[in-house]
Amino acid sequence: MTTSLSSYLDQLERMDHDYPLLRMIQPDGSKAFTEEEYDVTLLLSFYKQMLRARMFDRKAINLQRQGRIGTYAPFEGQEAAQIGSASALQQGDWMFPTYRDHAATMTYGHSLETIFRYWKGRIDGCVPPAGLNILPPSVPIATQLLHAVGASWAERLKGQDRVAIAYFGDGATSEGDFHEGLNFGSAFNTPTIFFCQNNHFAISVPIHKQMKSRTIAQKAFAYDIEGIRVDGNDVLAVYKVMAYAVEKARRGDGPTLIEAVTWRYGAHTTADDPTKYRDQSINEERRDEDCLLRLERFLRQEGVFDEQQIEDATHEIAMEIDEAVERFERAEEPNPHDMFDHVFEDQTPSLREQHQQFQKEVTS
Amino acid sequence: MTSSLQQTKELTMVQAITDGLKIMLEEDPTTMILGEDIGVNGGVFRATDGLLEQFGEHRVIDTPLAESGIIGTSIGLALNGFKPIAEMQFQGFIYPAFEQIVSHAIRIRTRTLGAFTVPMVIRAPYGAGIHAPELHSDSMEAMFTHLPGLKVVIPSNAYDAKGLLISAIEDPDPVLFMEPMRTYRSTRATVPSEKYSVKIGEASTLTTGEDVTILAYGNMISPALAAAKQAKENDNVNVEVVDLRTLYPLDEQTILESVEKTGRVVIVHEGHKTSGFGAELIAFINDKALFSLRNPIVRVTGYDVHVPFFSIEEHYIPNATRIYKAIETVLHEE
Repeated sequence: MTTSLSSYLDQLERMDHDYPLLRMIQPDGSKAFTEEEYDVTLLLSFYKQMLRARMFDRKAINLQRQGRIGTYAPFEGQEAAQIGSASALQQGDWMFPTYRDHAATMTYGHSLETIFRYWKGRIDGCVPPAGLNILPPSVPIATQLLHAVGASWAERLKGQDRVAIAYFGDGATSEGDFHEGLNFGSAFNTPTIFFCQNNHFAISVPIHKQMKSRTIAQKAFAYDIEGIRVDGNDVLAVYKVMAYAVEKARRGDGPTLIEAVTWRYGAHTTADDPTKYRDQSINEERRDEDCLLRLERFLRQEGVFDEQQIEDATHEIAMEIDEAVERFERAEEPNPHDMFDHVFEDQTPSLREQHQQFQKEVTS
Repeated sequence: MTSSLQQTKELTMVQAITDGLKIMLEEDPTTMILGEDIGVNGGVFRATDGLLEQFGEHRVIDTPLAESGIIGTSIGLALNGFKPIAEMQFQGFIYPAFEQIVSHAIRIRTRTLGAFTVPMVIRAPYGAGIHAPELHSDSMEAMFTHLPGLKVVIPSNAYDAKGLLISAIEDPDPVLFMEPMRTYRSTRATVPSEKYSVKIGEASTLTTGEDVTILAYGNMISPALAAAKQAKENDNVNVEVVDLRTLYPLDEQTILESVEKTGRVVIVHEGHKTSGFGAELIAFINDKALFSLRNPIVRVTGYDVHVPFFSIEEHYIPNATRIYKAIETVLHEE
């Protein structure tokens, strides 16, 4: 029994929202769990996909530097988070990416050529292959969480077990739509995976200025949904956590917030200089926890890292990327009439008139 | 024996809206209504009264209190085969959802070259004159007519409300359906019980006349008709009142035919003057029919002030007296 309000308050036990970081593979490449089966074939496949994504990303930066594409948002460092998560989806599921999630979209089936087209400033770079529910990158921050809630809710209403994943970053958790998304997902128990890549920076603002919360995963607690914090540079841990969340969603047991703790080595986009807001020497420390390096260490320890095989894979990926570059650079000129043709299903009279005016101007 | 005569009912506008919603919920299993207090409570204006009981909580959904959440979630539902009808409790509460409308709902068709579309309706009661608390009385239609990819519909009577709402729900693109609160229960009209539609993009000429054209919509139709009657009785002036009904896409032909006939135009809207919809109408007439004008166009609008607290709101809202004066002004020969 307490005798005063202040003593009552003093004795209140502060609930410890401890969201420990899950790892399957330690940064040194060793196994985090001794009694787990590690699927080496799957991990080799992840390695090649991460290599492909990284090589794509570096190529895109080079193309931007040469003026062959526009401003580009690099994702190097975040490959494991994106590939581990996208690999747990099945065709028919819904993906709501941001502009930094091409490792996820290419894993899920977007062609490299299409992604290059997007950064070349072409609207056809938003169009997914037929049958794949990949929405265009959300440029506004956190708005897409609500779309994922709605699209996955629709699956429940149809009696289907498909799920939706919304990708977003640490900065997005400050937006109202982040909270509205979690609340709607919680209230309607939708099969939604809210997948946060905490790369520690929202353009220039570090996470400690973004929030006082110690983790992002704990934000799930307020909505009474599960929050899981996972090492975003550990592709296997991300995959396992995502598979767990997807399975739960398919069963009808509701949404999950996943915080994948990771790092972007580069700039927010090719239009900013990260040395202005970040001591880039931190990157050197971070490289020691790099997703590719970590997996290489693991595969070497398992004795399955075949130098020749990786060299062959590198060569194949380079060819694939070169071909994609060649294709998008050889592509037909973008059709300026597209901007008029897809505003409504049926063009309105005033739009038709403007379109005709435009046609006269381009042909005169 | 079945009667060949069409069944009709005398309904207020809000009843006609309920009727339209009910018909579409019955007919199309992909339709669903989302909003605040629209279920058990039947909506603050009772527009969804009885629908929860009939269609259940998977079709008529009381959402959390979050306008961006309602519109954002509706976008996701629309992307995946549903036809959401989202209610904003008041148009004045729509602003948190503006980003979802501007950045997503109206753009997804263009951004995906038609691979994904967002067929949805946003219903929003608007306007002053019902002694509502502050911020409940906005008339911001011009903020929305500026947006590509969005249709903006504003009925002025029960018959049009039901027919236009059904068209909006059947439209393949997003439609903002603004409902004039002051007109919700002020009059009744004969409304067919059956399903019917009023085409989006068609104005309605309510009175014909060769002297002056009044372009108006929504809550402004009633004072416009009163002013037209006054002009006829006092001055034997014949006023043609054109109810625009849809602001985008505009019925250009009906407007032009009337303007070319009368050469004198009065535009009436409740929204603020600067960059209001009247400015667009003037620009349109300038483009298409400037030399038909015999006098400069006169606007009667809300002032460029915040819609005042209700004790003085009647001073803000354009009324028949102001419209009548505008008719006199536009008739005045230099």
